[in-house]
Amino acid sequence: MERRNFLKMTGIGLGSLLLPAMHGRVIAAEALLSKLDVATKKKFADIALNAAKSGGASYCDVRIGRYLRQFVITREDKVQNVVNTESSGIGIRVIANGTWGFAATSDMSPDAIARAAKEAVAIAKANSKIQAKPVELAPVKGVGEVSWTTPIVKNSMEVPIKDKVDLLLGVNAAAMQAGASFINSILFLVNEQKYFASTDGSYIDQDVHRIWAPMQVTAVDQKTGKFRIRAGLSAPRGMGFEYLDGNKADKVELPGGAIVYGNSYDMKEDAIAAAKQAKEKLTAQSVKPGKYDLMLDPSHLWLTIHESVGHPLELDRVLGYEANYAGTSFATLDKWRDKFKYGSDKVTIFADKVQKGTLGAVGYDDEGVKTQRWDLIKDGTLVNYQVIRDQAHILGLKESQGCCYADSWSSVQFQRMANVSLAPGKEAMSPADMIKGIENGIYIIGDGSFSIDQQRYNAQFGGQLFYEIKNGKVTQPLEDVAYQIRTPEFWNSCAAVCDEKDFRFGGSFFDGKGQPGQVSAVSHGSSTARFNGANVINTARSLG
Amino acid sequence: MSIYTEEQAKAILDKAIKASKADQCSATLNGGFNGNIRYALNSVSTSGRVSDCDLAVEVAFGKRVGTATINSFDDASIEAVVRRAEELARLAPENPEFVPAIDKQAYKASGTFSEKTAAITPEYRAGVAAACIEPCRKDKLVAAGFFTDSQAFSAIANSKGNFGYQKTSGVDFTCTVRTEDGHGSGWVARNLGDVTKFDAKSEIQTAIRKAKGSVDAKALEPGKYTVIMEPAASAGLISFMMFGFDARQSDEGRSFLSKKGGGNKLGEKLFDERVTMYADPWDEQSAVLPWDNDGLARERTPIVTNGKVEYLQYSRYWAQKQGKKAIGQPGNLIMAGGDKSTMDLVKGTKKGVLVTRTWYIRLVDPQTVLLTGLTRDGTFYIEDGEIKYPIKNFRFNESPAIMLNNIEEIGKPVRVADDESPFVMMIPPLKIRDFTFSSLSDAV
Repeated sequence: MERRNFLKMTGIGLGSLLLPAMHGRVIAAEALLSKLDVATKKKFADIALNAAKSGGASYCDVRIGRYLRQFVITREDKVQNVVNTESSGIGIRVIANGTWGFAATSDMSPDAIARAAKEAVAIAKANSKIQAKPVELAPVKGVGEVSWTTPIVKNSMEVPIKDKVDLLLGVNAAAMQAGASFINSILFLVNEQKYFASTDGSYIDQDVHRIWAPMQVTAVDQKTGKFRIRAGLSAPRGMGFEYLDGNKADKVELPGGAIVYGNSYDMKEDAIAAAKQAKEKLTAQSVKPGKYDLMLDPSHLWLTIHESVGHPLELDRVLGYEANYAGTSFATLDKWRDKFKYGSDKVTIFADKVQKGTLGAVGYDDEGVKTQRWDLIKDGTLVNYQVIRDQAHILGLKESQGCCYADSWSSVQFQRMANVSLAPGKEAMSPADMIKGIENGIYIIGDGSFSIDQQRYNAQFGGQLFYEIKNGKVTQPLEDVAYQIRTPEFWNSCAAVCDEKDFRFGGSFFDGKGQPGQVSAVSHGSSTARFNGANVINTARSLG
Repeated sequence: MSIYTEEQAKAILDKAIKASKADQCSATLNGGFNGNIRYALNSVSTSGRVSDCDLAVEVAFGKRVGTATINSFDDASIEAVVRRAEELARLAPENPEFVPAIDKQAYKASGTFSEKTAAITPEYRAGVAAACIEPCRKDKLVAAGFFTDSQAFSAIANSKGNFGYQKTSGVDFTCTVRTEDGHGSGWVARNLGDVTKFDAKSEIQTAIRKAKGSVDAKALEPGKYTVIMEPAASAGLISFMMFGFDARQSDEGRSFLSKKGGGNKLGEKLFDERVTMYADPWDEQSAVLPWDNDGLARERTPIVTNGKVEYLQYSRYWAQKQGKKAIGQPGNLIMAGGDKSTMDLVKGTKKGVLVTRTWYIRLVDPQTVLLTGLTRDGTFYIEDGEIKYPIKNFRFNESPAIMLNNIEEIGKPVRVADDESPFVMMIPPLKIRDFTFSSLSDAV
């Protein structure tokens, strides 16, 4: 479930609910740069592994994590907050008597680590009494001592706070100058320093970086009492501070004139455009409800992919483990066996944790499995799910796909969504080519309101920018647009996907799942795609 | 760690405040235990207990503010966290919206702690899971649920002599029961401060009844219906609307409570006259701490009285700027009602839809608080005062601001929690006309 809009109603009111990943101690900025040395981490890990084995565990994995986060929060000409947090500790997971057990501690003394390992074994043994079937773990070959780092150019944590504040206040000033009534802008920066060790013989040190620079620009017309918001068109990325360099080569001008971004974001330019477009939205034509062909930009389509493909193809949901909260899935195993036609033959959707610059990219997942890429939907047919080690056997797979993740050293790792992306079309096609063939359509750019049922059939999506398409051309901006889908019909209505030159990423920084809840970050790539005959509703209401 | 006593907590906070050389210093100490058990497919999946305690220190030099936290409380650690906060404050830019620390407050204790809840054991949690799983197994049903309990303390102090201390506890229970073939699904939830009022064996029967009763649902045409919303079903919509009660947003023209031409709608009658909502930290069933996140004392606060908006949430900065008095921000939301149960409301309904639960509620348009979401885990058609048959789930597109003008009848408030709401809520079952269902969902 994609978390509720971080800026709630209109872009103010930051509260604890809004920063689900903001647990941890508040620390000084310079402390964000230090690291625990690998030899110490290996020593701690071996203490845990040995204690677990001697306690009777048949398997043990250890995650020593240091989770660093920085948030810079501004509005107009003010810095509202700068927060640095750190959370570090050790999580130990074991199998004893064929059952999982888990314990975690922030106390990194040898005694405390050994005690936590024994506690995990004791919990496993206690729970084994009510375990119906023993855990069946797909094999993993130990990789020895290895390391992996997000390929960043500029470590965000090394950029002085002053530079970050100056950047955001500059963005805000530009938006205000361009006519915005208000702007809220934020930097979310994450560095996960994760060390994984297991009784399989792996010692994996990873340094993972993520960045997100969201903003909301509001235009208010006091005379009419109307207000409209245009959110930024950036994507959260698995990149360093270089994402905010604003390289011209990564800028894309779409039919109709809107500007979107690839691997580099010009926040100031987007803020200026947002101010103008927010004002434009105040007087834009309210949409006439009905059937339209939709042309969906990647900055919008990522969220539709996330909700209607990414989540229903998580195997734990399919099996019923998330029934009480996030829900189950319509894409049941019998559909998979019967080669269910999930989409049209234009639709190939793949999962991966390896694409450069994505939120999901890591070398190894949180149970030591080397990451990979695989198809979920091939030419429209459902062919696979997302699994972890104790689920692989259910699909007859010999190995896990590497989808295991925990949001903290103190959380139990479980199956989380990989990057899930729509493969680009095989034939050469740009958005300018695509629009030519649309007689009566709506072009949607940016993600907006979103909601989907607990089995992932019925969804409704809004957006940021809506343009009417008539006879192959953008004619005017529209407002009050949302479309409703039934997942299989929607993906079967996919008539075309632009080629790989148009492939761009969107993503979620705070995807929520589980009880107690955990968040994860995940990217979704696509090229612009066309969907025929979608049901568009008008969302304007009057409060009298 | 343990739950610190008032004396222990005060000693730690006093040390921090004494150690500060800043113009002002505020400190909070929060700690406690959280236990939980999770089960699915009629089997326990995870269980655990987490303890945590944090000292947060905020200092200010002029309008420069710094905050640091720590989870060890020896003298050296307390000294270190204060120095770190001071260092951050010296580096921070001046905050033009800075407001000085609050004056000494008078806190009147509220009943947020139950010894019985604090004494919950792993065996008790396992018993809750078993009480749900066993009857489901026997009935060829599948249970998935989560039970979590907490005991905690909260202490607050500042350099102006303010101090508060209080213990809290609570339990939250949800369980979804599905038929083996996946054609029926029911749900039950309970949120309580005092666990002695909780009986998993009896609660689970509600979910079982709804799971069995929702098999082979019929499809009704989407459109406007009279609905009976169970308290959990409307809680998510009503608490979402409260985000629009921010005074600054309203004054800035970006809330449904903004007025055309400027200003806000405080004092205007915007809802049916039977709608009365208030906050009361001392409410017996939904007690919350007697202070808010800033340490301001909470009061019994009318929010909507007989349909008239009586409260907007002023931050301390905005209150100062607008010449208003900042009062403690609500921690609970109580909607007044009568004595009727959900089933009493059903009995008086000629034709309508009973909604057990709503799901994935998101804001479509902040201008009108238009929300979308879906019904889930037990949606039924009512005719002549009786539940006639299960119906397929609907997507709704509805504004709580409109919904609370279409009230037919209000039942007896029940304590409910919503995982996306900051409030402890007392919400009655509601009978509402012309509720807008915009499409059907095949989800069970």
